[in-house]
Amino acid sequence: MRADPLGAPQLATGVVLFRRPFFWIIAAVIAVFIAAPLWGNDVQLRESLLLATVYITLASNLNIMLGYAGYVNFGSIVFFGLGGYICVYLMSAQAWPLAAATLVAGIAVSVLAYVFGIGILRLRGPFFALSTIGVNEAVKAFVSTFEPWGGSAGLYLSSELFQPLGGPRQALWVIYFLLVAVMGCSLYLSYGIKVSKFGLGLFAIGQNEDAASVLGVPTRRYKALAYSVSAFLPALAGALYFFKSAFIQPSDAFDLSLSTEAMVIAMLGGQGTVTGVAVGAYFYEELRGWLLTSETFSNFQLVIAGTLLLVIVLFLPGGLMGWLYERWPRLKRVLE
Amino acid sequence: MLGIVASLIDGVLVGSVYGLAAMGLTLIWGVMDVVNLTHGAVIVAGMFALYLLTAALGISPYLALPPVLVGGFAVGVGLYWLAVHRMVGRPPLMSLLSTFAVNLVLIGLGTGIWGTVLFNVPVSLPGLSLGRYTFPGTHILAAVLTAVIAGVLYLFLYRTRYGKAIRAVAGNREAAELVGIPTIRVLSFAFGLGVALAAVSGMLIGTLFPFTVLSGDAYQLKSFIVTVLGGLGSPTGALLGGILLGLIEGVTTPFMPVSWTVVIEFVLFIAVLIAFPSGIFARRRT
Repeated sequence: MRADPLGAPQLATGVVLFRRPFFWIIAAVIAVFIAAPLWGNDVQLRESLLLATVYITLASNLNIMLGYAGYVNFGSIVFFGLGGYICVYLMSAQAWPLAAATLVAGIAVSVLAYVFGIGILRLRGPFFALSTIGVNEAVKAFVSTFEPWGGSAGLYLSSELFQPLGGPRQALWVIYFLLVAVMGCSLYLSYGIKVSKFGLGLFAIGQNEDAASVLGVPTRRYKALAYSVSAFLPALAGALYFFKSAFIQPSDAFDLSLSTEAMVIAMLGGQGTVTGVAVGAYFYEELRGWLLTSETFSNFQLVIAGTLLLVIVLFLPGGLMGWLYERWPRLKRVLE
Repeated sequence: MLGIVASLIDGVLVGSVYGLAAMGLTLIWGVMDVVNLTHGAVIVAGMFALYLLTAALGISPYLALPPVLVGGFAVGVGLYWLAVHRMVGRPPLMSLLSTFAVNLVLIGLGTGIWGTVLFNVPVSLPGLSLGRYTFPGTHILAAVLTAVIAGVLYLFLYRTRYGKAIRAVAGNREAAELVGIPTIRVLSFAFGLGVALAAVSGMLIGTLFPFTVLSGDAYQLKSFIVTVLGGLGSPTGALLGGILLGLIEGVTTPFMPVSWTVVIEFVLFIAVLIAFPSGIFARRRT
């Protein structure tokens, strides 16, 4: 589909992965995320970085569909919201521990995404994109009327559930580190897929699906698998995020503007790249924090996101990394 | 029994307005292969144009139609040059993203200015009574106006030189260019026409139901369903598809909570796409 794939994937096996510099760059980023707020016990920095981990997780996983396979998913937030709902429900109504509830949420959402994926991935291009909006709206409508999940009023968690993690103060740190872990897994997953045969197949689908199919790429299975894999980590992030806020309702959980932002981030950094998406997410989070505190712009956050997206699509379709690769082609060897 | 017949008739009336909205979408889709995601925002713009014109000037709601039509056309041509012109002929996902971005800006501006409160334009028209049931005058007049606009559009596309040029570009852009049709001008004209139709349909919907800045998404989804029901790029199919959707809504709404409508419509969307990829009303190609 695209004329210029960003950084054509270079295949690698698991062992070689450790010898590549990019593997250690990701490790360094994770280390910074862990160390920075611990340094001086900076709670404000931790909260800002926590949002960044959520954005990076959402955008990196969206990128597997958008950047690799060339399928626009407008409703990626449905994974995040469903993960949150399943986790909060299991903890509040069934008294499950956090770890079990989170994992089950992730697995359930992945399986659901695979089943959905087999159905709607028969549609291509714009039709698929439109149906992803529909998936989100349909799930939201279902949850809003589903009584065990509190309907439109939502579900609350009692603060006692923070006790097993050592009280509310310590629990917030634990959740933060878990979210950093989810973010780290997202980055390694994006990287691992990109240098695998699976990733090569996805890029081939993104270039020309019919040609890929003729050349023996099992396109339907790969697409459904990518859709399902890209659902797992956002579901975990949603579970942890809504455990932290101890409250979940349909309008927060399935807020389309969050998946919109994930898409702006992926385009801003450079669709199909791992680095670009992470850097884009970080900068977008900073920009958003600045906009929200500024008096003039706080109501016009979507306007800024839209303008940014339009400018990128019109003038810089490769995003930040596309621009960098063009200036320094050798960067492609180090930064994926 | 009579109740169902009444709600079917009302479904046809309202559905024809959905058909009008979908005509705007399908015209753009068919002519330049661009999925116009500003569609919902434009429909809302039509609603708010109606609200502002009636509130500020105190004119009859139906007198807002000509200014909305002309304004919608001008905005559409502007949007074409801003977001669509560079995308024509590129992968469809790029135009999807660029029109989506414009949609974000428009909706963001709308929510920034008006918030998400409910607006209502009061229209007083006598209804038509049929036994125990009364059909609202607004629904009847909206359907009549839709029929008139659809008729004019049909005559324009099939009887005038410019309309034929639009159909030629839709059929084969290169061949149209070879025979001397100024394709770029035709494209921007067609986009303006599509947006104008969406704006007018929004204005008519505004006379039927209350609305918010965020109402556009629901009507956009309806337009897409109507478009796939009627077959891509076919204005006549769009009108029939709209009436069919109205009928379906008329049958289902009495038996179901309102929030389920979107689920049913979405399932319909997927099912039709998989079962009838070229629309229910498409003529079988030999």
